[in-house]
Amino acid sequence: MRSFRLARGVATFLVGAMLVQLLHACGPQSQSAEKTQLTIATVNNGDMVVMQDLSRNFEADNPDIDLRWVVLEENILRQRTTTDVASQGGQFDVLTIGAYEAPIWAKRGWLKPLDQLPAEYDVDDLITPIRQGLSQDGTLYALPFYGESSMLYYRRDLFEEAGITVPENPTYEQVEQWASQVNDPSSGVYGMCLRGKPGWGENMAFLTTLVNTNGGQWFDMDWQPQLNTPEWENAVNYYVNILNEYGPPGASSNGFNENLALFSTGKCGMWIDATVAAGLLANPEVSEVSEKVGFAPAPVASYPNGSNWLWTWALAIPQTSRSPEAAQKFITWATSKEYIQLVADQSGWVSVPPGTRTSTYQNPEYQAVAPFASTVLTSIEAADIESPAASPTPYKGVQYVDIPEFQAIGTQVGQRMAAALAGQDSVEQALRRSQAVAERFMRHTGYIE
Amino acid sequence: MATSNKSNQWLIGLLAWAVAFILFFPILWMFVTSFKTEVAAVATPPQLFFTPTLENYIDVQARASYFNYAWNSVIVSVGATVFALLLAVPAAYAMAFFPSKRTKGTLLWMLSTKMLPPVGVLVPIYILGRDTGLLDTRIGLIIIYTLINLPIVVWMIYSFFKEVPKEILEADRMDGATTYQEVVHVLLPLALPGIASTALLSIILSWNEAFWSLNLTTFDAAPLTAFIASFSSPQGLFWAKLSAASTMAIAPILIFGWISQKQLVRGLTFGAVK
Repeated sequence: MRSFRLARGVATFLVGAMLVQLLHACGPQSQSAEKTQLTIATVNNGDMVVMQDLSRNFEADNPDIDLRWVVLEENILRQRTTTDVASQGGQFDVLTIGAYEAPIWAKRGWLKPLDQLPAEYDVDDLITPIRQGLSQDGTLYALPFYGESSMLYYRRDLFEEAGITVPENPTYEQVEQWASQVNDPSSGVYGMCLRGKPGWGENMAFLTTLVNTNGGQWFDMDWQPQLNTPEWENAVNYYVNILNEYGPPGASSNGFNENLALFSTGKCGMWIDATVAAGLLANPEVSEVSEKVGFAPAPVASYPNGSNWLWTWALAIPQTSRSPEAAQKFITWATSKEYIQLVADQSGWVSVPPGTRTSTYQNPEYQAVAPFASTVLTSIEAADIESPAASPTPYKGVQYVDIPEFQAIGTQVGQRMAAALAGQDSVEQALRRSQAVAERFMRHTGYIE
Repeated sequence: MATSNKSNQWLIGLLAWAVAFILFFPILWMFVTSFKTEVAAVATPPQLFFTPTLENYIDVQARASYFNYAWNSVIVSVGATVFALLLAVPAAYAMAFFPSKRTKGTLLWMLSTKMLPPVGVLVPIYILGRDTGLLDTRIGLIIIYTLINLPIVVWMIYSFFKEVPKEILEADRMDGATTYQEVVHVLLPLALPGIASTALLSIILSWNEAFWSLNLTTFDAAPLTAFIASFSSPQGLFWAKLSAASTMAIAPILIFGWISQKQLVRGLTFGAVK
């Protein structure tokens, strides 16, 4: 009975406190309402956390602007912002979107065009493929906060021991050979780590680049899915074989984070993944192999096009924003040269957001602390989203297809690939099923008869 | 015979502890992980012994204001529970004591609304919220939670009211009590343990609800589920910080549940021992 009285006391207190709050909410608005409030939706990753922290400088320079941060995990963010933008909810003033969304949303008129940027922003300094990825019909719709491509990481110490020298442009054939040479499971080193976790932005990001360089593509010019072609079969066979022979156990559940943890604790001989990992692997605070990691461009097979991907997280302003001028002020600040300088002053050049501006890569201070800088820049510049495959494609995007349906198709095909990797399906069967999935989606959405 | 009984009891006791440990293990592991460094959190094999650090809690607090989120969670879950009870008590009273031939069907229909996947009505609700200005407000979230918990609350209170002998209420009426007096002075005190456990369950369900709270709030009304969601990341290590954030998010409701577990267990097993 005593605890019952306690519960009643607690309940009374809570209800009372709540009523006070509700009354308070009905009363006159507080001071901050006079300021322009900007609600910024962003994704949780290291560079964005730094931006949130440094935005105090922006608020100090613009005392009439109040920033309100909504930080969410990538998939939740995507669902949240898509719902809001598609139904004109008007909850956000600044959106963090990827290279996949920018052209699709721009085509639907959901984003404000960014054609009135101040001269000091120096829009021509933005790295060309990144700028193209965020444009629709030549107009920029989002400003890049960071950009990435994919590249090959390898353990210099193990390679030296095995007598391997990595050429300027490695091939997948060589990579397989090297994987067999450095593979040593008994001492906990696996020859090759790759993404296996299913998802259009997970295993399919890597696999699509592998298919591209093998001469394959997602759709032909009539939007007919091409997954039952020999090019796909070659690529997927290569992927499944190399991971089964020289990969870590349970590779089909490894995503970027898992592989990062494996490589940084010395368990991988090689890893092909996002260039953004370079800064992390070279940082002794989070990596045990910071002294031993080597960098090379992503390998190629028979065609150079589309062997390395292109991704960027960018800031855009939805049409429904209540304060587009203030929003533009903020996004130009957060993606400016001054901002990059600010990060460098605060936490060193190695921490600046990579992959957006040519000037960053020309900076000798950056080159001095980032041994991977030139490889990253070459990789990004080499990525061609307009013609990502050997044959012409009706779509843009290296490791994705810029149609709204791709998320669903990519993720379902990704699950089939993970099943093939885990040995539940043969490669041939997995591809047949993937082709059927893709055909069904494309028929239902009216791309094909 | 006596010894085998005793060893049986031992065995059952051991089994109960084992099951409880398995159920509790994820929470324990989360709690332990929250005191590791990010690198230690993903180490294989998992580390059992390590130097604990409070760094994650400090980081989490520095990046987001926990108390705003927690306060929203408290207001929204208590508010929704109060509203749900206000609606459910009269409904359950009518159904329990004055059933019509459609009562059973109505009850089942109410429950069937829980079977619809919420994402199916996300866009209509979102547009309603936009047009009524209730997006990102606590009152908007309270209304949604009231509605989604209502079927369960009505069902539970209905079954508790069924336990109250009709004769007591009849005796009241003979003494000249009005319906209001009958409910407030006789029925509610009799069914109080049941109502209390229903309220507790409703608070816990609202506290844990993550779909609507993530989709309908942005900044002002964001509860703890949004707080947790901001610490998961596709690039970079985040498990230790996420564990710290989750530990902070579940702590209030865990303590609350612990204080009130007697009512909760009693309420949940009330109908089962008929």
